[in-house]
Amino acid sequence: MPTQNSYNYKVVRQFAIMTVVWGIVGMLVGVLIAAQMAWPVLNFDIPWLTFGRLRALHTNAVIFAFGGSALFATSYYVVQRTCHVRLFSGPLAGFTFWGWQLIIVLAAITLPLGITTSKEYAELEWPIDILITLVWVSYAVVFFGTLIKRKIPHIYVANWFFGAFIITVAILHLGNSAALPVNFLKSYSVYSGVQDAMVQWWYGHNAVGFFLTAGFLGIMYYFIPKQAERPVYSYRLSVVHFWALVFTYIWAGPHHLHYTALPNWAQSLGMVFSLILLAPSWGGMINGIMTLSGAWEKLRTDPILRFLIVSVSFYGMSTFEGPMMAIKTVNALSHYTDWTIGHVHSGALGWVALVSIGAMYYLIPRLFGREIYSVKLIEVHFWIATIGIVLYITSMWVAGIMQGLMWRAVNTDGTLTYSFVESVQAMHPFYIVRFLGGAFFLVGMLIMAYNVWRTVVGAKPAEAAIPAPATAH
Amino acid sequence: MTLIHSIWTALLLAVFVGIVVWAWSSKRKDAFERAAHLPLEDDNELDPVAAEKKHG
Repeated sequence: MPTQNSYNYKVVRQFAIMTVVWGIVGMLVGVLIAAQMAWPVLNFDIPWLTFGRLRALHTNAVIFAFGGSALFATSYYVVQRTCHVRLFSGPLAGFTFWGWQLIIVLAAITLPLGITTSKEYAELEWPIDILITLVWVSYAVVFFGTLIKRKIPHIYVANWFFGAFIITVAILHLGNSAALPVNFLKSYSVYSGVQDAMVQWWYGHNAVGFFLTAGFLGIMYYFIPKQAERPVYSYRLSVVHFWALVFTYIWAGPHHLHYTALPNWAQSLGMVFSLILLAPSWGGMINGIMTLSGAWEKLRTDPILRFLIVSVSFYGMSTFEGPMMAIKTVNALSHYTDWTIGHVHSGALGWVALVSIGAMYYLIPRLFGREIYSVKLIEVHFWIATIGIVLYITSMWVAGIMQGLMWRAVNTDGTLTYSFVESVQAMHPFYIVRFLGGAFFLVGMLIMAYNVWRTVVGAKPAEAAIPAPATAH
Repeated sequence: MTLIHSIWTALLLAVFVGIVVWAWSSKRKDAFERAAHLPLEDDNELDPVAAEKKHG
């Protein structure tokens, strides 16, 4: 029977299992739409299965269902274990779980039906937006309520990142989703024209910055030290990393709107802040990787640690690529091409997914009081996933740069060298490679699901006692 | 309005520089050392049943 003397693992378990489930669902949709790009016949002439509708389902499922569940699970786990208290309000935590699952199911129903606000990463219509707000406020109450009743005076750095993620996502969601409903299933943004675009990318880029970065950095700062059994490389660097990220990320959004109706000064501001972002990003990456300093041999034997460390390497790679693509002259070539898709997936698969997967392999045995069924299968998963990512991002680099060059090629008389459809045709082999890369990654997730299933089936939920205050200082 | 924005920006920059100086001050060294060990201190082994199975 759970008591005040044990940690609340129930909600962590629920979110951890759903991380694996939604990961498979979201990535399966991704593989399907990647296949449709290579072989359009797979649309089957059914509107619900077309790219335009399933694409939003894919992004929502992998970001908010898979990534979101991983963040809920890890933040609830970390905040309890580093504060030495049970989660504040079990029922409210339970509400965040069931509420979040309901939102995901509603997304899976409405998006294929074509019910959408058409705002990227914020497609869900206003009644679902209100439900998101309720769940998110409850999440904040549970998380900060736990921080308030903590037994440890210091707030560990991972909790700062989780806290910033929760607060900022609340502000972004409320700001960008402001809309006038015309009926139960349709609303229009309160912003119009270029203001709407700017608010959208203020939201969109900071969803990347705080949902997909700050939250997962919280995971990095707890799970890498735990798995490596070493303290973080530099705690003072982690403090500066946190504030530098918080101070600069908010400004980078305009780089999504280079060469548009957005005033030029705003574009340049977005570009400059994107370049500045390289410093905190790499500071954090170095901090994560150097935690292994003096214990590199662990990478040879520990596939969980490998997931975590390679994820941070991909974080470094994509946070170098990002600022580079934010430079206006580079953006003139890369924007609207598949290079952007490659960049996103280097971050999404390489960083967000790998760090989440590593954290789940760490968590699930502890949550169920069982050893993992097969370390060998974790190893297999690692390699399949890595091959998948490499296939995905290299094919999209080549495809994207080729597209960019074909679109801008001009004949001596000033006419365009290629028609648009010629550039589409040139993409075919790369779309097949991308499909293969995605399929590899999905197979890795299926192996994980099998491994997790064998680990937890028949297991009794684990209870972990909270240390007595005397041991804490 | 522009003046307020300028002052605000300069103020935030100063705050950030202050944070960096504070973080690197030698006074904080011991406290940060202890903070870094925070996650490692709590007993985080698998529950006894699994440990028993492994060793027994």
